[in-house]
Amino acid sequence: MPKYVGQRVKRTEDPRLIQGLGHYVDDIKLPDTLHVAFLRSMYAHARITSLDISEASHAPGVVAVYTGKDVAKVGPVPCAAALPDLKVPDYRVLASDHVVFVGQPIAVVVATDRYAARDAIDLIMIDYEELPPVVDVEEAAKGGPLVYEEYGDNIAYKLTAGEGDIDAALKASDHVITQRIVHQRLAPIAMEGRGVLARYYPGEKELTIWSSTQIPHLLRTQLALMIGMPENKLRVITPEVGGGFGSKLNVYAEEALLGWISMQLGKPVKWIEGRRENIQATIHGRGQVGYVEIGCNNDGTITGLRYNVFADLGAYHQLLTPAIPTLTGLMLSGSYKIPAIQINVTGVFTNKMATDAYRGAGRPEATYVVERAVDLVAAELKMDTVDVRRKNFPAPGEFPFKTATGLFYDSGNYDAALDKALEMAGYKNLREEQKKGRDEGRLIGIGLSTYVEICALGPSQAMPAGGWESATVRIEPTGAVTVLTGASPHGQGQETSFAQIAADELGVDLNAVTVIHGDTSIVQYGIGTFGSRATAVGGTAVYIAIEKLKEKATNIAAHMLKTDASNVVFKEGRFTKQATRAASAGAAAAPEPEPDVPVGEAPAGALPEPDADGNGVTIQDVALAAHIARDIPPGSEPGLSATYFFEPANFTFPFGTHIAVVEVDRETGDITFLRYVAVDDCGKVINPMLVDGQVQGGIVQALGQAMYEEIVYDEQGQLVTGTLMDYALPKAAMIPWLELDRTETPSPVNPLGVKGVGEAGTIGATPAIVNAIVDALSPFGIRHIDMPVRPEAVWRIISGQA
Amino acid sequence: MKKPITITVNGTERRDEVEPRMLLVHYIRDVIGLTGTHVGCETSICGACTVMLDGVSVKSCTMFAFQADGASVTTIEGMASNGDLHPVQEGFWEQHGLQCGYCTPGMIMAAAQILDRNPDPTTDEIRHGLEGNLCRCTGYQHIVEAVQYAARKMRDQAATGD
Repeated sequence: MPKYVGQRVKRTEDPRLIQGLGHYVDDIKLPDTLHVAFLRSMYAHARITSLDISEASHAPGVVAVYTGKDVAKVGPVPCAAALPDLKVPDYRVLASDHVVFVGQPIAVVVATDRYAARDAIDLIMIDYEELPPVVDVEEAAKGGPLVYEEYGDNIAYKLTAGEGDIDAALKASDHVITQRIVHQRLAPIAMEGRGVLARYYPGEKELTIWSSTQIPHLLRTQLALMIGMPENKLRVITPEVGGGFGSKLNVYAEEALLGWISMQLGKPVKWIEGRRENIQATIHGRGQVGYVEIGCNNDGTITGLRYNVFADLGAYHQLLTPAIPTLTGLMLSGSYKIPAIQINVTGVFTNKMATDAYRGAGRPEATYVVERAVDLVAAELKMDTVDVRRKNFPAPGEFPFKTATGLFYDSGNYDAALDKALEMAGYKNLREEQKKGRDEGRLIGIGLSTYVEICALGPSQAMPAGGWESATVRIEPTGAVTVLTGASPHGQGQETSFAQIAADELGVDLNAVTVIHGDTSIVQYGIGTFGSRATAVGGTAVYIAIEKLKEKATNIAAHMLKTDASNVVFKEGRFTKQATRAASAGAAAAPEPEPDVPVGEAPAGALPEPDADGNGVTIQDVALAAHIARDIPPGSEPGLSATYFFEPANFTFPFGTHIAVVEVDRETGDITFLRYVAVDDCGKVINPMLVDGQVQGGIVQALGQAMYEEIVYDEQGQLVTGTLMDYALPKAAMIPWLELDRTETPSPVNPLGVKGVGEAGTIGATPAIVNAIVDALSPFGIRHIDMPVRPEAVWRIISGQA
Repeated sequence: MKKPITITVNGTERRDEVEPRMLLVHYIRDVIGLTGTHVGCETSICGACTVMLDGVSVKSCTMFAFQADGASVTTIEGMASNGDLHPVQEGFWEQHGLQCGYCTPGMIMAAAQILDRNPDPTTDEIRHGLEGNLCRCTGYQHIVEAVQYAARKMRDQAATGD
């Protein structure tokens, strides 16, 4: 039984954070720091006809003002998605003549304090010639005004994927049901917005960039290319990061600009994004309008699924913008055996901020489509939705399960999670209560989601820029254990969970382990934290690095114990000589005589005599011996560290069942939760408390999408939901008590058996909630309702005004 | 145009000259250098900037430093005493009431205010009391449990006269 892994270990990150002693970017104060503010486009689509910075340049405290022509040498914002015939606009870090969305940066003021910088923005004289914007994704796909005249249309790419003869499958089905489904745009809203501090050392020609990012190493590579400097002269540090949710899995214009400005001025420069800027110009998520067709037979068997989707990419590509809908395509089989699947993606430019990865990144869209479609099948066939789901699950013996989208699901037991959730919820009773309630005029709805997600991104073959993760594990001369991880956690708690893995594997106290991340000059190259990958890929790298380190330590220990490595046992932090076969069998055999060792042959120096007490040597003893290196096996490498880059052979596929029970108020259309039950299976669990935290946070973000959140642009492309007064995040009093449990189906993809859990909630919960609302409204003949489901829409249905 | 102000912060009296438009949160963070108080929205919605002003929780991003002249301010850095965590801080640690930690200082100040006013709040009262503070990571459930933990601990301390 491991001492730490699997236990509810309190986080080592917390003492600094609960006392206000952590350091986010804006908490780092360097002497002589200059502050930066941006002039951003107020129009969704316009030409800049004149730009006059003379007054702003002479304003009090202003040190410099830069416009697009000044920064022409800084490379464009990169897009890492490689798709056939993809149109990639040349998106510059400052716009020079053509602006394509509200919030696009045009000019930058550098001043001695943030108030002076902000004041001077208002002194920049700018004239625009307004151009017609295109806002609606379907209108943009048909034609409409063009975001880029030179392309001749607004289509960035088209893509078809899937296997099986979908036309034949649908034609042969007893029923084909179609539904238009909207996945509204969302704002990730990390509570800490983006922030950048850049400091250039002219003598050393070194640039350090502190950025609130999820991907320090990838950012370093891209910024080196954009700015045009050697990558090893650029250091990216991610201090404390106040949430990401995918929004900081990116390379932004501001990050390159701050570095470039610091190089021009030779001083530290800082930009801290305001919340309005954050909602305007940090990536959005979702933004799909699609049409699903699902075929089924009278017995509930699903025969095929087609999804024709218009992806609202926004005005340009951020790092992964066009790739997100491809993840939707991969997950369209859900947790079901569907012989024929096809996705047709039309990626569309609109005059809006770019969409990109927001917690789930294309997979919530797929899960929502499939889980809604299964309920449509149940409604069409007048079957219980549980029965339709069960009928189409692959059985546990069918794993690895191949889907018609080309994936191999690693492991699963979907019935087990469903059964557990049904039992927790008391499903039969709930249905009876629902029926009884309806007779009394109450509108109770029960919604299920039996989701599967794709995590641990991922094999490098399937990733735009490497899918492995790295770790270095060192034992210092004093015995302190240092873990360097290429993952870059920002709230997930890997400083604790990786320490749990290391402490158990090395047999040391948890407090002896320090996990270091997020500094490209300290940590070997890494990929970062996103796609529910940090533990499954990064944690595995830590685990295997430790195995390597122990191999080396075993050789040194054997030398210290004056025996053969094959004769050494490592247990609970101590290397001892293996008992002889006879002794271990319980026979009263005398121990083998030790060979005499001439005293003084090994110069001991400060070292204690190894194994003086006959109890073997600790791993700390070995670490000291390895560093002093006067008496280690001949020809062996001094020091005690190991590095491993782990390349996963497959993704992992966590799954689960979520059940929402809601009641709709007939008078107001208000929706209240009666129950929320979730059974998630994320494979082996390192720290159940952290897993619960991930699931709860994800469910509440899903609830936000289902009922509250929506980025709204008006028909002129003005952002209507530009502050947190207008963009409705879930608050504490809007949330039901979440009843959680787990099943545990280990992943065969990695030796830890873990799958990942960061996105389970946003993927699994949204359809459960909407399915419950639709179920509650089914007496009115409703089969679908679009998100966010607001009381007004519900009230219109109830009062016959839909 | 700078104005003189006198503010007691975490028990220490300070005299400074500030621009009248300087926000209290910028005074706390940039002038005094206590960076535990965070800015999250600038519109009084998110509560990351919550501090105590004469014992009442306020949002320091929507108040001028000048308005706090003569007042006593407690920030997150002033919650632990003699190296002992405040029961609310302890509750957040014990119950995993934080993930990224950015909303946490404001959340802890708001929670302390709830317990000041009501030592034995119901779950609904806790949730209602936290409506002025947004958290994007936790989904609030562990925060509610953190406040319940602190409430128990503070009641126990009061009962034993500790």
